Amino acid sequence: MKLIGKTLTELLSLIDKKQISEEETANYFLKRAIKYNRKLNVFINLRNKIKFQKKGVLKGIPIPFKDNFLTKDINTSAASNLLKDFIPPYNSTVVQRLLNNGSSILGKTNMDAWAHGSSTETSDFGPTKNPWDITRSPGGSSGGSAAAVSAYLSPIAIGSETAGSVRQPAAWCGIVGLKPTYGRVSRYGVIAMGSSLDCPGVLALSVKDSAIILSLIAGKDKYDATTSDISVPNYQYLIKSPKKYKIGIPEEYLKDTEKDIKNNILDAVKIYEKMGHKIVKIKLMSPKYSVSVYTIIQRAEVSSNLSRYDGLRYGKTRDFFGEEAKKRIMLGTFTLSQGYVDEYYKKAQKIRTLIIEDFNKAFKEVDLILAPTTPNTAMKLGESSKYSFFGELMDRLNEPSSVAGLPGISIPSGLDKKELPTSMQIIGRSFEEESILNLAYQFEQETNFFNLYEKQSKNYPD
Amino acid sequence: MIKYYPIIGLEIHVELNTKSKMFCQCSADYFNKKPNSEVCPVCLGLPGALPVPNQKAIEYTQIIAKALNCKLNTQSKFDRKHYFYPDLPKGYQISQYDQPFANNGFLLINDKKFRIQRVHLEEDAGKLIHKSNATYVDFNRAGVPLVEIVTKPDFDNSTDIKDFLEYLHLLIQQYLKVSNANMEEGSMRLEPNISLTQKKGVLPGYKIEVKNINSFKFVKKTVDFEIDRQTKLLNKNVKLKNETRGYDENKAITFFQRTKEEAKDYRYFPEPDIPPFTFLKKDLDKIKLPELPHEKLQRYKSDLKLTQNQALLLTKDIRKAELFEKLISKENSLNNAGKIANFIINRSYDRNMKISEPEQIDKLDMTKAIKIVLKSNQKAVNDYSSGKDNALFFILGQVIKVIGKNVDIKELKSELIKQMKSIK
Repeated sequence: MKLIGKTLTELLSLIDKKQISEEETANYFLKRAIKYNRKLNVFINLRNKIKFQKKGVLKGIPIPFKDNFLTKDINTSAASNLLKDFIPPYNSTVVQRLLNNGSSILGKTNMDAWAHGSSTETSDFGPTKNPWDITRSPGGSSGGSAAAVSAYLSPIAIGSETAGSVRQPAAWCGIVGLKPTYGRVSRYGVIAMGSSLDCPGVLALSVKDSAIILSLIAGKDKYDATTSDISVPNYQYLIKSPKKYKIGIPEEYLKDTEKDIKNNILDAVKIYEKMGHKIVKIKLMSPKYSVSVYTIIQRAEVSSNLSRYDGLRYGKTRDFFGEEAKKRIMLGTFTLSQGYVDEYYKKAQKIRTLIIEDFNKAFKEVDLILAPTTPNTAMKLGESSKYSFFGELMDRLNEPSSVAGLPGISIPSGLDKKELPTSMQIIGRSFEEESILNLAYQFEQETNFFNLYEKQSKNYPD
Repeated sequence: MIKYYPIIGLEIHVELNTKSKMFCQCSADYFNKKPNSEVCPVCLGLPGALPVPNQKAIEYTQIIAKALNCKLNTQSKFDRKHYFYPDLPKGYQISQYDQPFANNGFLLINDKKFRIQRVHLEEDAGKLIHKSNATYVDFNRAGVPLVEIVTKPDFDNSTDIKDFLEYLHLLIQQYLKVSNANMEEGSMRLEPNISLTQKKGVLPGYKIEVKNINSFKFVKKTVDFEIDRQTKLLNKNVKLKNETRGYDENKAITFFQRTKEEAKDYRYFPEPDIPPFTFLKKDLDKIKLPELPHEKLQRYKSDLKLTQNQALLLTKDIRKAELFEKLISKENSLNNAGKIANFIINRSYDRNMKISEPEQIDKLDMTKAIKIVLKSNQKAVNDYSSGKDNALFFILGQVIKVIGKNVDIKELKSELIKQMKSIK
């Protein structure tokens, strides 16, 4: 049976009907991963044998985990040489919950070192290639996980987002990227970047697949005091009843966005209107303020979170920090220093409150916000070094909602003239993941995402 | 010669005796444990580990603060305090900066009011062990809940300081029972900040902090030594600067450790891993305190007519006070409060004071002991018969001595009375 391009939902159903076995499925993906890893550099650590399980809802499906998720007894480095030899004694909550539900571990995916970046080029293990065009970056920092799904090395993968690190690579790789509300999914066992922003997320072929995974990983965790005890709805069930929404289009997000991306969104708007949704233009604070706020808060938290790697443990001294990490440590240390903390960190926190209020105001008027995920499609490898604050600029359309802790989902909206995928994102109110999933699912049902995936997977035959 | 006035403030660290550590489930009882046996990803600060605050430790902190007449804050949070030290696993300590659990309290000692600036909660660090040219780190202590009490610089002599600290120790260890407050084991640590001023109440431009003092006696000696040392230097026109000094108990001197010229920049910012706390005033008001030492003392004096000395000797040891209250709760005993007090005060105890946990003793042994005592104390027996209740307690004391064990006083007393009646 041809498995290529099958969604998680389809695979689980095939296993259920005994048309394929758990073992066959696991080995199928392992084979593909081995076959294409050399070309794409997706995995930092690819298992040579899958310890597949025959239990739970996930039936042994092997999952690629971004390398900042701790995996017991399996090296976890966050793509930094400094942690190259670190073998965790425990599983992160997300890994543990998926294992408990019958998944297995396919491998640990490449990323920007410490999740610092938006291209995977800051990885100490070389960049990942975009499956659509291997001279281009898959985006980042969850670039390895996005590329894994895009090249069908797995129907789903786990990533993490501080501001854009799930949505942006999903956009550049033409797949679905779900970033839940801050506090919806436990951060326990995820190597911290910006602790007040970090959020595990899902990269997937289909909206429903991302809903299934979210249902399994979301919810209160006694090991993470910032997780919410709001109950976790059955997302994959809820998306089956399409709802009509009032959707806001923020004009500020369309400025400085590539023409093809803008046009594809406007086409999507027409589709949504035809389906009976109400579209209105809204005004949001310019994303440029979020870039500053995000940069300051994230750098401050980075400088603090990385101070534990002081050269005494983990077998490596601080020289093993890469260029980007060193820059961030210095900038963060500066913004927290006496005499500057008021001017930078505290001021940034105040503006963060204004950004949250700005969204609250918008959500009084509309149910959901629709906007481009990225200002441009996948860039060539090597481009990132031409920009300082490359990541912050690439992620500027994700930063406002991340700073506000809101959930967002990026879905494909078509192709640009270079035949690269374009994407759009749906942003919702806190803890209303079911609404963004519902609207995204409706678009998928209507368009099948323009069959992008079918076109793409031809390039990666079994 | 210019007259100088001492101006002294105290910082006191107290480890709480909660079951688990401040931010994880590891045992907080680390003393004498095998190094690095009470550790987990959280207290080792491993990548990805997150702190989850111990509610009990927060309650204990609020109880201490309430007993120190502090204002308990309805809004509070933890902050990260950054510094580098090998025993600090995360490169920062989770502490409290601008919103401690409580502030603005006071204690009345020797009829003087000493103000408490703040009471906050933080985590303890690990321990460095220096052995044969190498240094090892034991993280068993890392993450143990630690309360810091900071006073205003309201002290001007070592006697008040010693009395203040002894009261605080008694309060926390025996009355609130929230800390073992054992100074030798380091679960209570004292740091006086000492400086001299020419104008009373005006802080001079420096302060000397003395660390690693592990008894009240040594705090007193330290303060006296510093006052003397600083006076001499100031009289020689030496300009004193901020410094940290250690105390050498063998030589009874303080010694230079490091200057504090440059204010340390700890780069405090709110701990993003722990949401801030909001307490309701009505819940804070509900926090119950036991009868505190000074209240007990007052009650013993005014209601039970004990002398100052009797009341002090009883309240200074909660086990004596508890035994005392058990005995006087018996009918008719109220009138004998003074005698009972003396009886308890004069009893000899073993060093560990196991008095509150009576041992099981054979009834025969007890009867035998009573017989021996009654035989050899005829006068006391006669006194008792002629209505001198005092004699009973004398005899009781003698019986306990003969038994040589801690016995259930109530049982012994009733047995004694029974036997004396049978003699009659």
